[in-house]
Amino acid sequence: MDALAVLERRARGAIARAGDLRALDDIRVQYLGKKGLLTEQLKQLGKLPAEQRPQAGQAINVAKRCVQEAVEARKAELQNEALQAQLAAERIDVTLPGRGQHSGGLHPVTRTLARIEQLFAGMGFESIEGPEIEDDYHNFEALNIPAHHPARAMHDTFYVDAHRVLRTHTSPVQIRVMEQRKPPFRVIAPGRVYRCDSDLTHTPMFHQVEGLLVDENVSFADLKGLLDDFLKHFFERSDLGVRFRPSYFPFTEPSAEVDIECVMCAGDGCRVCGQSGWLEILGCGMVHPNVFAHVGIDNEAYTGLAFGLGVERLTMLKYGVNDLRLFFENDLRFLQQFR
Amino acid sequence: MKFSEAWLREWVNPPLDSRQLAAELTMAGLEVDAIEPVAADFHGVVVAEVLSVEPHPDADKLRVCQVASGADEPVQIVCGAPNVRAGMKAPLATVGGRIAEMKLKKAKLRGVLSHGMLCSARELGLSDEHQGLMVLPESAPVGTDLRDYLRLNDVIIDVDLTPNRGDCLGIEGIAREIGTLTRTDTTPPQVVSIGIDIPDEFPVQVEAPEACPRYLGQVIRGIDPGAETPLWMQEKLRRGGIRSLGPVVDVTNYVLLELGQPMHAFDLARLSGAIVVRYARPGEQLTLLDERTIEPERETLLICDRDKPLALAGIMGGIDSGIAPTTRDLFLEVACFTPAAIAGKARAYGLATDASHRFERGVDPCLQARALARATALLLEIVGGQAGPVREALSAEHLPGQHDILLRRERIRRLLGFVPDDEQISDILTRLGARLRTHAEGWWVTPPSYRFDLSIEADLIEEVGRVFGYDNLPTASNRGDLIMRPLPETLTPLDRVRTLLVDRGFQEAITYSFVDAAQQALIEPELQPVALRNPISSELAVMRTTHWVGLIGAARHNLSRQQSRVRLFESGLKYIQQETELKQDNYLSGIAVGSLYPEQWGIDNRPLDFFDLKADVEAVLAAVGVEGVFVPGNHSALHPGQTARIRVAGNAVGWLGRIHPGLAQKLEIPAQSCLFELDLKILHQGTLPSFENLSRFPSIRRDLAIVVSVETPVGDLRDAITARAGAALKDLAVFDVYQGKGIESGRKSIAFGLILQDSSRTLTDEDVDRVMTDVTRQLEDQFGATLRE
Repeated sequence: MDALAVLERRARGAIARAGDLRALDDIRVQYLGKKGLLTEQLKQLGKLPAEQRPQAGQAINVAKRCVQEAVEARKAELQNEALQAQLAAERIDVTLPGRGQHSGGLHPVTRTLARIEQLFAGMGFESIEGPEIEDDYHNFEALNIPAHHPARAMHDTFYVDAHRVLRTHTSPVQIRVMEQRKPPFRVIAPGRVYRCDSDLTHTPMFHQVEGLLVDENVSFADLKGLLDDFLKHFFERSDLGVRFRPSYFPFTEPSAEVDIECVMCAGDGCRVCGQSGWLEILGCGMVHPNVFAHVGIDNEAYTGLAFGLGVERLTMLKYGVNDLRLFFENDLRFLQQFR
Repeated sequence: MKFSEAWLREWVNPPLDSRQLAAELTMAGLEVDAIEPVAADFHGVVVAEVLSVEPHPDADKLRVCQVASGADEPVQIVCGAPNVRAGMKAPLATVGGRIAEMKLKKAKLRGVLSHGMLCSARELGLSDEHQGLMVLPESAPVGTDLRDYLRLNDVIIDVDLTPNRGDCLGIEGIAREIGTLTRTDTTPPQVVSIGIDIPDEFPVQVEAPEACPRYLGQVIRGIDPGAETPLWMQEKLRRGGIRSLGPVVDVTNYVLLELGQPMHAFDLARLSGAIVVRYARPGEQLTLLDERTIEPERETLLICDRDKPLALAGIMGGIDSGIAPTTRDLFLEVACFTPAAIAGKARAYGLATDASHRFERGVDPCLQARALARATALLLEIVGGQAGPVREALSAEHLPGQHDILLRRERIRRLLGFVPDDEQISDILTRLGARLRTHAEGWWVTPPSYRFDLSIEADLIEEVGRVFGYDNLPTASNRGDLIMRPLPETLTPLDRVRTLLVDRGFQEAITYSFVDAAQQALIEPELQPVALRNPISSELAVMRTTHWVGLIGAARHNLSRQQSRVRLFESGLKYIQQETELKQDNYLSGIAVGSLYPEQWGIDNRPLDFFDLKADVEAVLAAVGVEGVFVPGNHSALHPGQTARIRVAGNAVGWLGRIHPGLAQKLEIPAQSCLFELDLKILHQGTLPSFENLSRFPSIRRDLAIVVSVETPVGDLRDAITARAGAALKDLAVFDVYQGKGIESGRKSIAFGLILQDSSRTLTDEDVDRVMTDVTRQLEDQFGATLRE
């Protein structure tokens, strides 16, 4: 049976040398195909004496199986090499930037407004809007600021005609809500307001958020609690110092200004807070009985709190912006910092 | 209101330092804006007497002086001041002393030794004037430290008073406030009562008692025209922000600062017949102290004599009747003008004076006699003369009166969330000057005559809370009924749309609501904008009727700063006057210019065009849940061939287009810029999703390529296909648009992909062929379409 062993050795050698799947398959056919060299060996069994046939047949089958297994093993090897080659060829530079549109960003004032609205929405405050070209009645008269009131001089009003102004604050929205609905109210009114003033620290347009809560038993203690809570949450500082200082607004009584501990110097005194350690942040108070009278709400049955926030100021403090005028230049180098 | 702390301490002197005093005021609502020293930081400056003045041997402008400074020997001082003369007294900065950062040493000036420096008021931070040495009175004791002599260890406290606190526009009011806050008693200055020396009177006739319910006048004759204002008074005035203008005016200003009562002194010789308080008459003229001649309006209150107007009542005197160096005889006016009579008037004449500031806010109607007595006593002491009797014109029924206010404990609790003890409440109100009577529920309170701001119960509650201290009042934790708010699902929050645009590469802008009229007229010439009466500048003069003015301006701003690609949007109101109605509605607008994508690798980048921006607008409409239809339109600002009117449910809701090249040139932005605008009422027009059964049967795709005139809008073809194909059509895509080689000129080829499906059975080839034949025939008939080979 030397011939068989020689055949098997040759087959193994050819298999090991096969460089690709096609060559391997050719070798498989050459040895194991219907007319393959090993298959031919089986056909010649008949020429042997009968007693030798089983042993010879078994030897041939073993040789066939060995060659078959060698083919399979080589096939797996070649497939793996091909996969490795493909993977190597498909390697990319993952550090290249992603393709397509880049995202933009919201204006920082919008960001702050959204934050304020969300904080108050969580406490059941509904957000509403009002007209910006406002009549004298809603902007002043109904807010207990009659003609020639000294407080009017502080407002630097833009006039459209004898009876209409650009609203100087968001407070007229209070009046519109109270005229149209029945208490209790829990609303905030964000929006643009206008003052005829333009310098380093004033722009003729800016944003405020007005807040109004009217119910049967709302007190100054509630006002303090609400705003203290808001400011701590807005600045995300549970230890933020907040103080209430008496002030004067014609449409609230009592009235207060709220100061926060300077967020730039933590109350030590710096340029931003004028060395005082405190920053004036908002005005507020209990709704003035004359305001209730203008909108027909019974001052004995209801009390209310109101407040007004300056959005640009909060934005400047939150993000450290040092020039108010940047907000309305819309310079992309500025806007893109708030993505 | 600026005042000297030392002056305040003459009235009330609690054991607090300046800072603590300021904190008390601030936390009581009288916000202290600044605390400033009354002089520069110096020491070693003494009162000195110039004994002799000799010329300097080597300098024309310098003099060599021998100066007595309180030391044993006179010292030699070289001085360049033009007013230096022998016998004068002036401040001397001695060797070893210091002025701010400058230390004084012996020095040679052009070869002559100087042992110190004679000082001007400006060098000592006492004045802005720079007219030579500060002249000290002859009585000033030589050698005394100037800080002690002028009491310069004092500060100026500047209080930013709210308009309701007219009562604190005088030292007396501030002292009362401090007294209340610190529970300290106040001690007013002793006013020596003046004897009546002469019988002279000048008649006073008030024709407008509702505006001037009280008018006091007094004649003083024979004043000394050479008298000077004492230094202590000049200093108090200076620290109160008022310049010294001669002793008579200084005394009236002193009383103004001390008591808050404005007053006026007339030169008696210039008055004719009587004082008449009346409204202006047509054609009258008056030249004011500031030398402006005005023609007062009819409702302006004047102080006149028999012949002519003398002064704008409560605002400013006239130049002709005022005190002059020649004045010998005075007529002093101390009046009560009501706030209603004065409010707004000063502003109308472009004036804001110490007097008008106080009368507008309310001057105590019971103060006049006391103020006049104080002024007269000071005048007789300083300028001499003899006083006549006080003449008073009073209309008691027109005096601003107080009514009693019921203050209820329960109401205090309700408004403040807390009630202090009865004793605390009555102490606070009593110290503030109110009178109290007890009542079962609280007190009847008569506010003091100087508190014009106390008229209702809430005002008193604020006083209680304010003096008690807002920070001492309780703080409640948030509470309230749980409220679930309506959440209409067809309403899209604006935030959704903003976020969408941000994610698609847009940056949000906020531009001014007022714009340049000429630029806006280029964009929307057919609209007449709402104009401001008092714009801040011509660029911000009319209200916007479109956001595009602002957005184009913002784009230009960035393009001129090395940005080549700008994508901005803005939301907010537009203001459009329609005959009688003013429309103020929210819109969303945008501008995009530059390449479609930011610069990057591996992408076929190109300039953004109409259809790129259209995709953004379509994304907005999809997010809102409305179906937008784009039809060719015309807008002055847009390219006539690249303008779409956007419709939703048949209503025009916006515009999309490329900027008109002519406008682009005028506004200096690229002609490739594309713009859009959407009426945000679409946010309310969303539709709720409605479920449809999923078909179990396969869908079939057929493509259809046709050739039509280039004029035929693809939108119309789509509409026709959709209508003809019926319910079986599930989707329709436009996958190719071609014009050029192989297509007849004037025509274009459009390729559609139709996805057909039935919900109840599998469509047969015959079904599909029928639909396609119908659609093809429809397109042939309606648009002259031919099938593309």
